[in-house]
Amino acid sequence: MGSISLQHVKKSFGEVQIIPDISLDIKDGEFVVFVGPSGCGKSTLLRLIAGLEDTTSGQILLDGEDMTKAPPARRGLAMVFQSYALYPHMSVRDNIAFPLKMAKAPKALIDQKVEYAARTLNLSSYLDRRPRALSGGQRQRVAIGRAIVREPKAFLFDEPLSNLDAALRVNMRLEITELHQQLKTTMIYVTHDQVEAMTMADRIVVLNAGNVEQFGSPLDLYKKPANRFVAGFIGSPKMNFIDGPEAAKHNAHSIGVRPEHFKLATTATSGTWKGKVGVAEQLGSDTFLHVHVEGLGLMTIRTDGDQTFNHGDDVYLTPDPTRIYRFDASGVAI
Amino acid sequence: MARTVPTSTRIGFTALAWIIALLLFSPILWVLLTAFKTEAEAIAASPTFLPQNFTLENFAAVQDRSDYFKHAFNSIIVSVGSTLLGLAIGIPAAWAMAFAPTKRTKDVLMWMLSTKMMPAVGVLIPIYLIFRDLRLLDTVHGLTLIMTLINLPIIIWMLYTYFKEIPVDILEAARMDGAELWNEIVHVLVPMAVPGIASTLLLNVILAWNEAFWTITLTSGRAGTLTAFISSFSSPQGLFLAKLSAASLLAIAPILLMGWFSQKQLVRGLTFGAVK
Amino acid sequence: MATAQTRTLSRVMMAPAVIVLLIWMIVPLVMTLWFSFQNYSLINPMMTGFAGWGNYLYVIGDPSFTQSLVNTLILVCGVLVITIVGGTLLALLLDQPIWGQGILRIIVISPFFVMPPVAALIWKNGFMHPGYGMLGHLWKAFGLQPVDWFNQYPLFSVIVIVAWQWLPFATLILLTALQSLSEEQREAAEMDGANAINRFYYIIMPHMARSITIVILIQTIFLLGIFAEIRVTTGGGPGYASTNIAFLVFRTGILSNDIGAGSAGGVVAVIIANVVAIFLMRAVGKNLDA
Repeated sequence: MGSISLQHVKKSFGEVQIIPDISLDIKDGEFVVFVGPSGCGKSTLLRLIAGLEDTTSGQILLDGEDMTKAPPARRGLAMVFQSYALYPHMSVRDNIAFPLKMAKAPKALIDQKVEYAARTLNLSSYLDRRPRALSGGQRQRVAIGRAIVREPKAFLFDEPLSNLDAALRVNMRLEITELHQQLKTTMIYVTHDQVEAMTMADRIVVLNAGNVEQFGSPLDLYKKPANRFVAGFIGSPKMNFIDGPEAAKHNAHSIGVRPEHFKLATTATSGTWKGKVGVAEQLGSDTFLHVHVEGLGLMTIRTDGDQTFNHGDDVYLTPDPTRIYRFDASGVAI
Repeated sequence: MARTVPTSTRIGFTALAWIIALLLFSPILWVLLTAFKTEAEAIAASPTFLPQNFTLENFAAVQDRSDYFKHAFNSIIVSVGSTLLGLAIGIPAAWAMAFAPTKRTKDVLMWMLSTKMMPAVGVLIPIYLIFRDLRLLDTVHGLTLIMTLINLPIIIWMLYTYFKEIPVDILEAARMDGAELWNEIVHVLVPMAVPGIASTLLLNVILAWNEAFWTITLTSGRAGTLTAFISSFSSPQGLFLAKLSAASLLAIAPILLMGWFSQKQLVRGLTFGAVK
Repeated sequence: MATAQTRTLSRVMMAPAVIVLLIWMIVPLVMTLWFSFQNYSLINPMMTGFAGWGNYLYVIGDPSFTQSLVNTLILVCGVLVITIVGGTLLALLLDQPIWGQGILRIIVISPFFVMPPVAALIWKNGFMHPGYGMLGHLWKAFGLQPVDWFNQYPLFSVIVIVAWQWLPFATLILLTALQSLSEEQREAAEMDGANAINRFYYIIMPHMARSITIVILIQTIFLLGIFAEIRVTTGGGPGYASTNIAFLVFRTGILSNDIGAGSAGGVVAVIIANVVAIFLMRAVGKNLDA
């Protein structure tokens, strides 16, 4: 079991308030991603749950039990660090076995569990190596192995993939998701990368300046962003925002249109907005056009990869009327 | 990528470097060679380089006259003892400052270093009188105590520097893995800090071994260390050049060897990690 | 960065070190201060009572004090100049691609491991003795009259000995700093058209500034208290020609058994050291991000 509940959790370092007031309920077996720009308090929140920091006020419940004051060792959670935090003086085997040794598990059981974890993570042939003799991806797996053997109530991941190169990151993303399907244990995953958040999460917590902006499933966040911040943060390339009279036409302070929600034409007849193509980023499958729209500024448009555009081409844009997001003066979605 | 230079330049630089290095080394070389000469040869009007009549009698004479072994034993007890005592007090303190720093940690460290700036002569007289009244004058344990105190700031600084390099993440990982503080220190911190602790130990043994203010002022016969032993040769009655060299060689050889082994760590240690 | 639990624990773990150092700093200092205002002589037990500023006037008024103060400054500055200039040059030389760099490092650092009284005795008897010292032989080889170093240039002789001991330390630290200068930075400067002299001023010197500060700090700590070298060579003489403050206090307090005057000298020494310390800490505090 591994339900986690935060009730009015607050955290400040001296005068500085990092987390003003957060309440969250994470169900057993859920994969929850904390996402937000750097400095939004997502790592701090994770460390509060882990017990590596004191909670200034509020309560943290694990499986309904108040753990706010419990030291990390007693919370029954496992954590994978950004730096992997492997013990450099121990072999891979000893690294993975360490939590079990701390729990005073019998030798035979330790061996059995280590073998199992190593097989699951493709580490069997590296068990006697030191961490420094491993590649980044392998180190990451050892860190995960060390977490698995504890059979924790929940896994905490603190930006675990940010030290890996792009290709490996995609692989590990899949592996961790796979692992979650297999173990069905609660996982909390912190990242600043919204792609990771969208692809891995059951539910996403979008954090900004220590506040929860929205908590919901990836598609909820994409389709019904609660405010301008979430709308801008979720989705890639970013949503285009338009203020002023154009927004007023839609009875809003500002409106947003995602790059993929435009109709694009090269003749004036059908277009609403006229613009000139600036940079065209051709990815093959898609093309991202950066269009200077008259009176509205720079917009990003996503189109299929078959059409070619040149710098300075005139284009005409029509936003999909059913997919225009409207926000009031304080940024809340209408 | 090494820089490429013409061979002739390289030869020139090499020759110059060796000449300067050997000049700097010459006093030690002189001791090394003179220790094995006879007294007559040592003061000969036309000096010899290598000993003409190789002899070990100087060493025997030194042992007879001033009991080298007793002094060496005292030196070992004082330098090793004070270092171990210093580590026992210093390791917990350095752990605390490195891994649970507060706003004042830096000030505390600076203050500790500043106690090292206090000139020994400023406190010599009270220490001398306290020692006299407590009957600690000329005792090995009294000297060990003083040596611990004067080197403690350096020990703490060095350990702090080394501990700082251990990523906090790893200690936190241990905590998450269910390790209580004791296990965290024994299984994770200490094994990772062994190289740092070892070089701290080495450097402080060297410093304590060579310390020559308190060892000379607070001891006379019984608890004299090698610095006191060698100082007793400062006014040689008659000419004792060869014996003086033998005594000097005996006094510096152990630490010279240790120093050669630890010279790399020494730089980092003495500069508190500020130079890598 | 930590929980309340670890913070409490850290206080407990720091306590022994802090308490021990606090006692070590305060108790003797207060005693020194107390004695410095007393008439207290171990030779003359009749002489007791409050002395007021008497001891200070006696110590500071004595010409030997002024001389010792000047000697202390000359000694510290002289050694610092020799070791830093010499150390920089030697480090630059050793940083060149030369054969036997590893062995050279070991040879060059050696004098640092020689205990002060041994260093002093070697120089006194083996090198600077006018009769059978190596320098004497050298002078004679050139047909010159050997110099009686310790009688003619006592302070200079002490500076030479101390500089010999500390030059290796400065060299090694500056060499290490030099080697940590990235090759890329050097190459970038070369690409930018900087010649060797420009590279030294604009790239190497700024890079070394921090290490030089540290060398100055550490050496000053030790140089202010130079004692053994003087004790075994000149004994502070002739007269007071090579007596520094440290040795003066030792002379007055321990050799002459005048506790009151010795303590006053000690207090003055502490004040001097503190003035220097404040200077250094300011300079170093900036450079030393612990």
